[in-house]
Amino acid sequence: MSTENNSFLSVKNIVVEYTSGGDIIHAVNDVSFDLEKGESLGLVGETGAGKTTIAKTILRILPDPPAKMIGGEVYMNGVNLTTLPEDDMRKRRGNDIAMIFQDPMTALNPLMTVGDQIVEGIQLHNKNLSRKEAEEEACKMLEMVGIARRRFVEYPHQFSGGMKQRVVIAMALACNPSLILADEPTTALDVTIQAQVLELIKDLQKKYQTSMIMITHDLGIVAETCERVAVIYAGEIVEMGTVRDVFKNPSHPYTIGLFNSLPNMVEDNARLTPIDGMPPNPAKLPKGCKFNPRCKYATDACRNKEIPVTELTPGHVCKCCNLNRGDK
Amino acid sequence: MAPLIEVKNLKKYFDVPGGMNHAVDDISFVINQGETLGVVGESGCGKSTLGRTIIRLQEATDGQVLLNGEDITHVKGRKLHKAREQMQIVFQDPYSSLNPRMSVEATITEPLKRSGRFHSKAELNDEVDRLMKLVGIDDRLRHSYPHELDGGRRQRVGIARALALNPSFIMCDEPVSALDVSIQAQVLNLLMDLQEELKVAYMFVTHDLSVVKHISDDILVMYLGQAVEKGPTKELFRNMLHPYTKVLFSAIPSTDLDHPMHRLQLKGEITSAIDPEPGCRFRARCPYATEKCGQPQQLEEIKPNHFVSCCRVREINDL
Repeated sequence: MSTENNSFLSVKNIVVEYTSGGDIIHAVNDVSFDLEKGESLGLVGETGAGKTTIAKTILRILPDPPAKMIGGEVYMNGVNLTTLPEDDMRKRRGNDIAMIFQDPMTALNPLMTVGDQIVEGIQLHNKNLSRKEAEEEACKMLEMVGIARRRFVEYPHQFSGGMKQRVVIAMALACNPSLILADEPTTALDVTIQAQVLELIKDLQKKYQTSMIMITHDLGIVAETCERVAVIYAGEIVEMGTVRDVFKNPSHPYTIGLFNSLPNMVEDNARLTPIDGMPPNPAKLPKGCKFNPRCKYATDACRNKEIPVTELTPGHVCKCCNLNRGDK
Repeated sequence: MAPLIEVKNLKKYFDVPGGMNHAVDDISFVINQGETLGVVGESGCGKSTLGRTIIRLQEATDGQVLLNGEDITHVKGRKLHKAREQMQIVFQDPYSSLNPRMSVEATITEPLKRSGRFHSKAELNDEVDRLMKLVGIDDRLRHSYPHELDGGRRQRVGIARALALNPSFIMCDEPVSALDVSIQAQVLNLLMDLQEELKVAYMFVTHDLSVVKHISDDILVMYLGQAVEKGPTKELFRNMLHPYTKVLFSAIPSTDLDHPMHRLQLKGEITSAIDPEPGCRFRARCPYATEKCGQPQQLEEIKPNHFVSCCRVREINDL
């Protein structure tokens, strides 16, 4: 047990399945990673890769049924969250671990003022505070995210999209959590507002030494906000390492494909190189490497055997059995 | 010869509670056959409204749209019908722009039937075959319904439908923003190949500057209903002159670790175009704003073909 206690957060071999119309959807297949205090890890991948499911598994808010955690453990400061009684887990949500959801339009209650929504969270987790103290605390949070305290009494519809997302961030940070799960926090926002919100998240994370898991499909956001990155494909981590290692030396054919799909802002490339084909149906995942039907380097070994994880340089791992390919 | 599309001082105002929304305010440009104009801006800047007004999904408040030199701004009946055959649209969201109760075949056949150009079932079938091959949809999906297709394939169906009547102009309203990057690249390549083959012109509306740089010949940057900068893509990316264009460009998260973008921080959020005051609409957020920015601004040709609407453009850029 002692090894689990070394990291701040340790996700070990989690497996999550959904049942849908008699089919079993393999959403997360044996995902493991560690996160240190104050560190930020990016989870990148396409729609349906299982990024959000991983975050919900950590927070234990998977809709059960249809989702089911089949195996694995999540340790936070050495405590196994997976076996914690629901009451204890509920106390940790918001307090220790907070989640910022993708769509600020639906994450807020339209019938409550934004101030009351923040106060509600604060009072729930800190029962000793009087209403007045909690309100003061909420005002401070609003100011911290750049919203004037006089707007405490306003309703979500009176805020723009970017401001709503700041309110959601203020709520998430209100209880000073040690881990933030940010699920595509800026996808619904315009680029100039996205730049402001990312800057804010980064500043607050540095200031409070909060650990963060940033879920996104945008490699640029990872480059700007994360220290490490895990590339997710079909519910597996196919490559993980420091942002510098993975961006400078992408090694999995899928990671390389993602980079080649991006229109380049610096060079004039006439044609993009997309990844052929489509992500696999998670109910019928291919045997062997999940990426093999789309991979131009696939061999018989890729189609049949379990793919081992190789450590390329310390901390930079890649799940590919064909690392001495022509393109390397 | 007249250009394919010529837009002259186009305006589209909406009567909304609280005043008049100047969604598109005095925009002019030209698109030639086989070329692409990229229109960029943030949500609410009027870029979609501009496109929809040009293809007559909305009536213009003022100004003109010329198609092959012919004024189509207010044509009706058969003339409108003919103009619409020339101008098609690909929508942003392939999930809501296809009829869920129509198969791929039915969706593509509908405009063909409506055109009256095809006289037998066999002819129609051949044409559907040709279109499906053109946009890369497998024949086995012919009888599939939209819910059975993923986003990329749905968008291909939307493109096939738009191409059905051999239009000379397609307005693409954020056609790849709902798609994952690997699929986005497939659809962008398809659109570029089709342009090469069919010499169709695009107006490409998007908020994604990297996509627009990749696909466009010319770029128009909009802010709150007005054009702030306009020019050939290469020239514009080499010399971004308007403060807003610079901010928009620097806000894109970059994957380049060695050359981190110097980010221009912007105060506040996009305001609204409801009864705007005269003068530059960006001045409330602009780091360079002075008193004279309250004067009405005009697009001015700063370099050959490169237009900027900013009274301080020369000072700011040391020109």
